[in-house]
Amino acid sequence: MRFEGTVFRYGRDVDTDVIIPARYLNSSDPSVLARHAMEDLDPTFVSRVRPGDVIVAGENFGCGSSREHAPVALKAAGVSCVIASSFARIFYRNAINTGLAILECPEAVEAISDGDVVSVDTDDGSIRDETTGASFSAQPFPPFVAQIIQAGGLVERTRRQLAERGGRA
Amino acid sequence: MTRPMTMAERMLAAHAGLDEVVPGQLVECDVDLVLANDVTAPMALRTFRELGATRVFDRDRVCLVPDHYVPNKDIRSAEQAKLVRDFAHEQGVSHYWEAGRAGIEHALLPEQGVVGPGDLVIGADSHTCTYGALGAFATGVGSTDAGVALATGRAWFKVPETVRVEVTGALAAGVCAKDVILHVIGLLGVDGALYQSIEFAGSAMRALSMEGRMTVSNMAVEAGAKAGLFEVDDVAREWLSGRCERPYVEVHPDADAACARRVAIDAADVVPCVAWPHLPSNVRPAADSRDVAIDQALIGSCTNGRIEDLRVAASVLAGRRVAPGVRCIVIPATPAISRQCMDEGLAAVFLDAGCVLSTPTCGPCLGGHMGVLAAGERCVSTTNRNFVGRMGDPASEVYLAGPAVAAASAVAGHIALPDDLD
Repeated sequence: MRFEGTVFRYGRDVDTDVIIPARYLNSSDPSVLARHAMEDLDPTFVSRVRPGDVIVAGENFGCGSSREHAPVALKAAGVSCVIASSFARIFYRNAINTGLAILECPEAVEAISDGDVVSVDTDDGSIRDETTGASFSAQPFPPFVAQIIQAGGLVERTRRQLAERGGRA
Repeated sequence: MTRPMTMAERMLAAHAGLDEVVPGQLVECDVDLVLANDVTAPMALRTFRELGATRVFDRDRVCLVPDHYVPNKDIRSAEQAKLVRDFAHEQGVSHYWEAGRAGIEHALLPEQGVVGPGDLVIGADSHTCTYGALGAFATGVGSTDAGVALATGRAWFKVPETVRVEVTGALAAGVCAKDVILHVIGLLGVDGALYQSIEFAGSAMRALSMEGRMTVSNMAVEAGAKAGLFEVDDVAREWLSGRCERPYVEVHPDADAACARRVAIDAADVVPCVAWPHLPSNVRPAADSRDVAIDQALIGSCTNGRIEDLRVAASVLAGRRVAPGVRCIVIPATPAISRQCMDEGLAAVFLDAGCVLSTPTCGPCLGGHMGVLAAGERCVSTTNRNFVGRMGDPASEVYLAGPAVAAASAVAGHIALPDDLD
């Protein structure tokens, strides 16, 4: 998938409590969650974000709670991709499982500024900062994880397995 | 003869049906238990339905615990709790507890003997790593992973590298398990063990009670870790005896297993400490935190809501009163612990001191209900996270501490040690 969007740049250790505060977890409706994405870190985010925009952040993005509401809220708010120096492990799984594109690329995080326009190809991990002309390559996904992404997420992959085996995966 | 393996490697290999695994390897495993709560289960059940599944993989291996927003805090929460309840009844899930019998999941499951050593557990809650204290490989996942596992009994894992944290010597009087894990997180940082499994070892760790070990394992995720494991020893065997509902398998690491990192800590260097806003790694000695005036103290949660924690809190609060203008909220983590508090006279101590004594709930730890903070308010809390807005308004502050410091702070009106009190 190719995306192009404006960058919202944040620091390290962006936790799931600021991505979607727990006070909104009495719903799991993506459209409800989207209205509160990033609210406690950047109250202007929801009013500024446009479909296709990209979040760029430092190490340990998505640390804290296992709430899958976090990647769901970002995706529903229009975020096409999160580029970070590293991801907390549960967020990493949840993003892959729910189809939010993520790329690990410390070099890109270092170089890209807030408000830049970037284009991203999540298939080959290439990132281009259209504002500065700089290009970067993200870490490729391990083959097993790439398979899940190519299958359209864990649910789709499992559904196929269940159908093939006529029962338990 | 297989290669020497760590605890994490041994348990993942066993559940993947392999003789050996190496760090970085991706494996698909049979899981022993799948857990979700009232916040994460609704999404997991959506996944379950999307798969076209009609029956859970094993009704005795599914745990559904309404604990976050129960007793229901509002209509939406009530609807989420109802979804989970209806599903549990429809599927005949044997490990479902209704409010009044339910407690905070990570206190309840070990207490009820549902988790045992050697188990592979996934839970749609990040603090599932608590069961590492029992020698189980237990880790938090999201709702989709949980939903798939509800249908299939399987999950994929990347075999983690191991960080071995050895704390040797004896902890000083007044230093508790919470201080140990805050000290470790302060050393490692909040992503110091990212994608890795921690093995906790050393004489000071072996000297901890099972409650203390659960406090330590509980916060492994706050260093980014996938699991926080203790070896089963006599302390564990005694605690598990007559409690564990299934036969269990002890898994021990090979002495020569390769670790990515070894961290040696002298127990004498651990002091009562506090994690200041807004990261659990922002650790300072409690003695250097006395200038922090507080509005609320919270004693409870999956980290520190067990009987041992409440005994410590009561020993500080006995014969004293919570400071004017301060709310002290005490939350026994399970109904059995509430009962023990009554039987041992702790409940009377808390009420006489002017505390709120709550029914079991995760509520205030995540700013849900039963103790949400206003802008500018500060809470010293025995919970596990002090992120921006964690317990309420984004302009509120959370200071993480052990039960003795939290109780002393409630009396003093500022962060304090028990010895500071008259």
